[in-house]
Amino acid sequence: MPSMLEVSELTHTYPGQQAHTAIGGVSFEVTAGQLTCIVGPSGCGKSTLLRCIASLVTPTAGQVRLRGQPVRGVPEDLAVVFQDYGRSLFPWMSVRGNVEFPLRSRSVPRARRRELALSTLERVGLSGAEDKYPWQLSGGMQQRVAIARALACEPALLLMDEPFASVDAQTRFELEDLLLRVRAEQDTTILLVTHDIDESVYLGDRVLVLSKSPATVLADVAVELGQQRDQISTRESELFVRLRGEIARTLRNAPQNRGEGDHDEAGEDEEPGEVDSSGEDRADEPALAGSDSTGSERGSTE
Amino acid sequence: MSEVITPSRTRRWRGGLTASASQLGVLAACVLLWQLATVGVQSPFFPTPVRIITEMWQLWFSGGLGTLFLTEAAFEDVLPSVGRLLLGWLLAALVGIVLGMLLGRSGNALAYVGPLLSFARSIPPPALLPVFMVLFSIGFTLQLVTITFGCLWPVLLNSADGARSVDPVKAETARAFGISRAHWFVSVVLPAALPKIFAGLRISLSLALIMMVISELVGASNGLGHAMMLARDQFDYERLWAGIVLLGILGYLLNTALSAVERGVLRAVPR
Ligand SMILES: Nc1ncnc2c1ncn2[C@@H]1O[C@H](COP(=O)(O)OP(=O)(O)O)[C@@H](O)[C@H]1O
Ligand SMILES: [Mg+2]
Repeated sequence: MPSMLEVSELTHTYPGQQAHTAIGGVSFEVTAGQLTCIVGPSGCGKSTLLRCIASLVTPTAGQVRLRGQPVRGVPEDLAVVFQDYGRSLFPWMSVRGNVEFPLRSRSVPRARRRELALSTLERVGLSGAEDKYPWQLSGGMQQRVAIARALACEPALLLMDEPFASVDAQTRFELEDLLLRVRAEQDTTILLVTHDIDESVYLGDRVLVLSKSPATVLADVAVELGQQRDQISTRESELFVRLRGEIARTLRNAPQNRGEGDHDEAGEDEEPGEVDSSGEDRADEPALAGSDSTGSERGSTE
Repeated sequence: MSEVITPSRTRRWRGGLTASASQLGVLAACVLLWQLATVGVQSPFFPTPVRIITEMWQLWFSGGLGTLFLTEAAFEDVLPSVGRLLLGWLLAALVGIVLGMLLGRSGNALAYVGPLLSFARSIPPPALLPVFMVLFSIGFTLQLVTITFGCLWPVLLNSADGARSVDPVKAETARAFGISRAHWFVSVVLPAALPKIFAGLRISLSLALIMMVISELVGASNGLGHAMMLARDQFDYERLWAGIVLLGILGYLLNTALSAVERGVLRAVPR
């Protein structure tokens, strides 16, 4: 598989009196068609990383390559789904208007725009809502509009910043499955950021684990759960349970970075930062308790 | 899953009706008091409202059906004034909105010219009339420049303010999707800035009326201000008062019309 995205030694420091290093030298590579999840604690620099990749922020150091070409300026074949769907949709445009908006700047002819918008809306389960306005829809439906807007651009790379963090658990499951379905159909390369370990394992072909701020890559975990995933049985499977344990342990045992005065949990027998892949059944650890159906206590890095 | 929010308009509508009924009552009471007072005083400087309205009727609105009841005097006095007022205001609106939005979205530029704008806005526009009179000969250009200059600053500053207030998430979304500059300004910045822009337009419209009268008092060969100066010279206080009342009505109508446009536009462009 050809390389879609190459991030090398990416570093970003927000300037200011209290200059804050949000990313501290992150390197990874994403091959075409892969769904990579990036998981890390809140405030660790996940959004900053996505902004750097999308060229919305110019990184202090390091390089981003898209299909081998260094990225300068916001790439055209890139689309973003933001966490804050309420603010990222344009309330004065209809649902169809929102989906068509980026296509207008890409000089897609009117008829083709309409066709693309309607077919994409159908794929995300929003047929019949095209003439509504975003504020007439529930949160889950608004996020579907945002996903449709991104997909309609037929991007080579789709960036998603905690796309399902602000919807209820039931809607989140629906949207997660929608993403897997759409992805199987469209074969887009997806980079999805989340603070939810379970979500990263459920969705990803691979999970990159980020440390606390400044973010570094703690582990790169392959998720060999296959293409067909099911919200109940996949989450019960032995591999799923082992992977989420592995990731949670990696995060807990990570060396404390300078700066953020966080309570220290070090002192485990494992090497700091090393991924525990022993496969031992330790799924009853506190951090992992409760893979219950309500989803309220799911393994979370928050 | 979907929840359609339909604001209840009926209640507000009925509230509006009763409000305007009582407002009319207060207005009628005031006119009645004015009538009684002027009848009592019997001063030539203060004609009664009935006389003023009769004078307005005879002067301007007793024309034939072909001219929509407007008299020849109305074509001399009223229409040129309204025309210049609207033209000057629209010109200021166009320049103010475009420049204001550009300034509001270019962080540095606004910081540089901000104090200059505050200074320009602080000059009472009539104070510049003598300068304009030197620069432009008395006539249409002078009136137009005076009105436009007076109207420009509130629109410009409000547009800049509105453009600056675009939600950063929306700005980032537009950048992430490579929205073109033209689409960004027309489809994102303008809708976001509309409420502020309308606030500026409303201030400007009342300024336009003021500047229109002032420019006509000083130098014009027609228009309401000119007619009022003539009336004063001829000691025709009924005509003078007719002009004053007509200006009030004109201002009220213009403001009402703008409010209706604003409501319509903001409803078509929800946020
Ligand atoms: N514009 C900014 N200026 C300064 N600091 C920022 C800015 N945006 C984010 N940060 C800081 O950078 C760190 C990482 O932020 P962010 O990338 O949003 O984290 P995450 O998305 O993982 O929650 C946080 O500590 C945050 O306070
Ligand atoms: Mg974030």
